[in-house]
Amino acid sequence: MIRIVELHKSFGQKKVLIGINLEIEKGETMVIIGQSGSGKSVLIKHLIGILKPDKGEIYVNGEEITRLKEDELQKITRKFGMLFQGGALFDSLTVGQNVSFGLERYTDYSPGKIQELVQESLAKVGLKGVENLLPHELSGGMKKRVGLARAIAYRPEIILYDEPSTGIDPIRADAINELIVLMKRELKVTSIVITHDMVSSYKVADRIAMLFEGKIIGTGTSEEIKNSKNQVIQQFIHGLAKGPIKEW
Amino acid sequence: MFLHQLESIGVKSLPVVSLTAAFGGLVFGLQTYIGFHRYIGPGSEAYGGPIISLGLSKELIPILVGLMVAGRVGSAMAAEIGTMKITEQVDALFSLGANPTRYLVVPRTLACFLMLPCLTLYGDVIGIAAGFFYNVVLMGVNRIIYIKNTLLYMELWDVTSGLIKASVFGIIIAIVGCWQGLKTEGGAEGVGRATTRTVVIASISILIVNFFLSKALPASLSR
Repeated sequence: MIRIVELHKSFGQKKVLIGINLEIEKGETMVIIGQSGSGKSVLIKHLIGILKPDKGEIYVNGEEITRLKEDELQKITRKFGMLFQGGALFDSLTVGQNVSFGLERYTDYSPGKIQELVQESLAKVGLKGVENLLPHELSGGMKKRVGLARAIAYRPEIILYDEPSTGIDPIRADAINELIVLMKRELKVTSIVITHDMVSSYKVADRIAMLFEGKIIGTGTSEEIKNSKNQVIQQFIHGLAKGPIKEW
Repeated sequence: MFLHQLESIGVKSLPVVSLTAAFGGLVFGLQTYIGFHRYIGPGSEAYGGPIISLGLSKELIPILVGLMVAGRVGSAMAAEIGTMKITEQVDALFSLGANPTRYLVVPRTLACFLMLPCLTLYGDVIGIAAGFFYNVVLMGVNRIIYIKNTLLYMELWDVTSGLIKASVFGIIIAIVGCWQGLKTEGGAEGVGRATTRTVVIASISILIVNFFLSKALPASLSR
């Protein structure tokens, strides 16, 4: 479904992605792990067209997307829903307006149908009666859930999760993990999860890929990653200060 | 969105425009009075009316309104969009099918383009009234001659050219504010830098562009 081929990206002198190759199957949940600042968010922002690579290709359902014009790219972004790290809810809009935002742009539904889908999406993430609240009236966990409701409201085929469990307590983090599993089971979506939280990774992943120094250094199921012989992967998944990773 | 921008840029700027136009008119009236009194002689001050009106409507009020709106609205635009940028709301717009430039920049630019001339026209009325108040009410200049000369020598073009300038200043303020906001990086410090840069760049641009517009626009349409 998604194929990333030799993707390169630099910001000034800093090389962030150095030849990323990765394939994600339809309906699969792929978790990309790596240190903070390793370029995980940069990688998924390329998938949705927010960032353009310096070199390399990205294929979504066989279509190369990195050189598409804006209107053509919008047909591709319609396939994606993205949960941003801090929720990225629009401050000036209510929860209901936030969730309906994509529906109004991506669909021709009537206002009544949009309202119905907004309530349905909020109910899916366990929220009720919050449509008229403003983002600053919500807790961190609620913001993430509203962000998720916004991402799933127009029924995308692929959901990108950027650090879904970061910045919230373990119980709320687990609730978000449950939602990721639920979205996969109920909506049959393909999911890409960016995280450095191994508890979350093992819970939601079909496969895990590790990003280190701009490259994917290992891919496999949770078991395969746990049993990896790669010292960098072992140091990371066990959260050890000592090992081949010196920069932290 | 667009109506909200019209309100934020126009209606909410009325108090600050009222104050600056009033005191700009008063001080311009004061200096014109002194100038006529000193160089032409006592009794000639009533001829200052058209000079006050022309100077205010062509130069001082558009500039003052431009600078005030750059400080009040331009900086707010940079702060709002800059905060949206660092909290990934701009990326979220893109992911939800809205072009950030079209969604954020176009309504603000259009609103500034329309509201700056309205504010300037309002400022012209306040400023000219303040000049009249200083000369006629406070200094006892002959009211009939003051009004007669003002109406005789002032042209509609004096006001119109000031409004044209104000529209250009509006575009400058919105584009600089949105541009600085969209290129914000580095958290709260970055937002602070964006707002400061907006005020500095927009204010300097307004002063420079004003000179060239004054030079390019005809001084009068009646000759």
